[in-house]
Amino acid sequence: MDDFLAARSQMALSLGFHIIYACIGMVMPFFMAVSHYKWIKSKDDRYRQLTKAWSKGVAIFFATGAVSGTMLSFELGLLWPEFMKHAGPIFGMPFSLEGTAFFIEAIALGFYLYGWNRFNPWFHWFTGVVVGVSGLASGILVVSANAWMNSPAGFDFDNGTYSNIDPIAAMFNDAWLFQSIHMTLAAIAATGFAVAGVHAFMILKKKNVDFHTRAFKIAASFGTIAALLQPISGDLSAKDIAVRQPAKLAAMEAHFHTSEKAPLIIGGIPNEETETIDYAIELPGMLSFLAHGDFDQEVTGLDKFAKEDRPPVLVTHFAFQIMVGIGMFMMLLAVIFFLSYWKKQWLDRRWFVKLFALATPLGFIAVEAGWTVTEVGRQPWIIHNVMRTADAVTPMPGIAYSFYIFTAIYLSLTVVVIFLLNRQIKMVPLLYDQPEDKSNH
Amino acid sequence: MAYVVIAYLWLSILLYLILGGADFGAGIIELLTSAKNRIRTRKTLYHAIGPIWEANHMWLIIAIVILFVGFPVIYSEMSTYLHIPLVIMLVGIIARGTAFVFRHYDAIKDDMQWLYNRIFLLSSFVTPFFLGIIAASTISGRIQPDASDFQTAYVFSWFNLFSISVGLFTVSICGFLASVFLIGEADDEADRKRFVNKAIRMNIAAIVCGIIVFIVAEIDKIPLRHWVFGEPLGLIAVQAATVSLAVLWYFIYRGKNMLPRIMAGFQVTMILFAVSYAHFPDFIRLHGGRSLSLLELQAPPKTMEALGWALIIGSVFILPALFYLYYSFQRHEER
Repeated sequence: MDDFLAARSQMALSLGFHIIYACIGMVMPFFMAVSHYKWIKSKDDRYRQLTKAWSKGVAIFFATGAVSGTMLSFELGLLWPEFMKHAGPIFGMPFSLEGTAFFIEAIALGFYLYGWNRFNPWFHWFTGVVVGVSGLASGILVVSANAWMNSPAGFDFDNGTYSNIDPIAAMFNDAWLFQSIHMTLAAIAATGFAVAGVHAFMILKKKNVDFHTRAFKIAASFGTIAALLQPISGDLSAKDIAVRQPAKLAAMEAHFHTSEKAPLIIGGIPNEETETIDYAIELPGMLSFLAHGDFDQEVTGLDKFAKEDRPPVLVTHFAFQIMVGIGMFMMLLAVIFFLSYWKKQWLDRRWFVKLFALATPLGFIAVEAGWTVTEVGRQPWIIHNVMRTADAVTPMPGIAYSFYIFTAIYLSLTVVVIFLLNRQIKMVPLLYDQPEDKSNH
Repeated sequence: MAYVVIAYLWLSILLYLILGGADFGAGIIELLTSAKNRIRTRKTLYHAIGPIWEANHMWLIIAIVILFVGFPVIYSEMSTYLHIPLVIMLVGIIARGTAFVFRHYDAIKDDMQWLYNRIFLLSSFVTPFFLGIIAASTISGRIQPDASDFQTAYVFSWFNLFSISVGLFTVSICGFLASVFLIGEADDEADRKRFVNKAIRMNIAAIVCGIIVFIVAEIDKIPLRHWVFGEPLGLIAVQAATVSLAVLWYFIYRGKNMLPRIMAGFQVTMILFAVSYAHFPDFIRLHGGRSLSLLELQAPPKTMEALGWALIIGSVFILPALFYLYYSFQRHEER
């Protein structure tokens, strides 16, 4: 494996795993806090048990998220020293703030996990909320650093020198707001659907139905609200990218030739050699409308960019299709979930529960796909139109070996985390079962 | 503002060394505990570090962020030429953190515990060992950016006797810090006695390793002796550390818990001070006498300004919360 490819693969792998741990670690505390709130208010012991069960999940995901995040802060330099040498002082501001947010999160989690029966109940609850809020803040800050790579700001670039550096302007670059909103909603939707899905599985198995139904409702409420809002945020992001990164939009849509009344391409297999797309459904004028709000407007195609400045079309297009397709499906599920407020009997129907059980991994597949769109779609640049990824890579040879090591580590970590969660869930009947609801099954 | 940022960098390295070090040390102590007491030790250890261990390791992240935002050239050079030990240290950090959480949160306690323990104990040793290697390599003058072959550029930059001896010294310091810390967490007199014995052995180990470091430095022609004893302030720091060691043992035998901890922290502070003061503002010494200076290679003024304020404001939030965390979960009864 060549070193550049190995470095890219290792970075993709590390971020690909971290994004899952981080999303769950920043969203699940909110589920936990809601359940905790219900317990304090209602004194219904099932909510206390649910809160405790979820807090264990939070602890596992926070720890894996924290170590994989620590690793990433080193990997930036280990793999891309040339990038960090120049970019560090410009886009580092959100990272230094994120350090604080992350620290607060770790402190609050210490209070929360070990604070049962030690503190005033509301103080204890509050530390749980702080875990969620600081986790969310960390997420937004890190995304704003990534947004800077898409939309560089806060410096003048002239003949390879970076001058006039303003880290605050870099942090509030043009892309940060829409990208943060999109990522935050994605995290909530993905985690909400994943947690709801796991509990739906348990309901299907008729195990502790009462316990799992309560859990399902809280998680699904978060997930479905985010899934309903996400298409709006996606539309804002697309319009933003059409202006800032036309090459990325063109690759997402496999839009090879600049044209007016540009069609929206659904599915299909793009061919980068012949610059055509096969087997696609084309909706005339829709791309012009979605990108610029006008059916007749010209949309820049890949032909406006030199071959060496184009992102890989196949991967970007597929990833985008997957993300949008899943997003639409999740929105549909969200509508069904809200209809169940009127049609209460749906909650007990197997098809309804099954639908959510099947949707467990979907949100995270969409998160990975969306992240692929933004990262692969930015190539060949590491800093859009400023520095090429190939120029940023470490001079050290043999990165392939480090890639193999990290692949092994991440795979085994994932196996162990799944194994642990499985055991936690298996133990629910013993740890959290209530004598009175044993009669239910 | 550069001095504010450098002060925070130094402080986060120091706190990582003391707090993170005691945390690694707890694993080393468990490793060195005989099988019949190990479960007891594990329980004490869990109660002692459970609520605070995540926070202890945040100092490393703060230090590395200060380095890459404020001193990007130093960060890049370090990441490039110390790539291999950094990767090993990272693997250690990952393995240790996850194993610690997994062994506690695995709902079923069975044979898997054996595996978690093995990983936790092994990585508790490997991680500080490589941290010491990395720290030693930054000042040993073995990094050669213009080297043409792989070994000289990426292996011998850190793989040498001096770095390895500092690695062992770091491990013994971690063990010492942890045993002094655990004395105050012991459940009864017998446990306390066991931890005092551990502390004695770790103290001897640290002194022996320290002497080896000086001997190796002489052989490798690293002016360590001059750094530590040549500067009046450095000399005072070393003397203060020596005196505080005596005070520490006096307090341990008087049955105090908090004062020995403070003394142990003070010693580490003095050692780090003596070494870093001697070659300030240089952060990395390269082969051939060149060095990378914190003052010369700092980021542009606006970045330093923003970073400095971010750190000051951040610590207003972090420090009180952290003190309250330690305060809440320490044992209140002084025995």
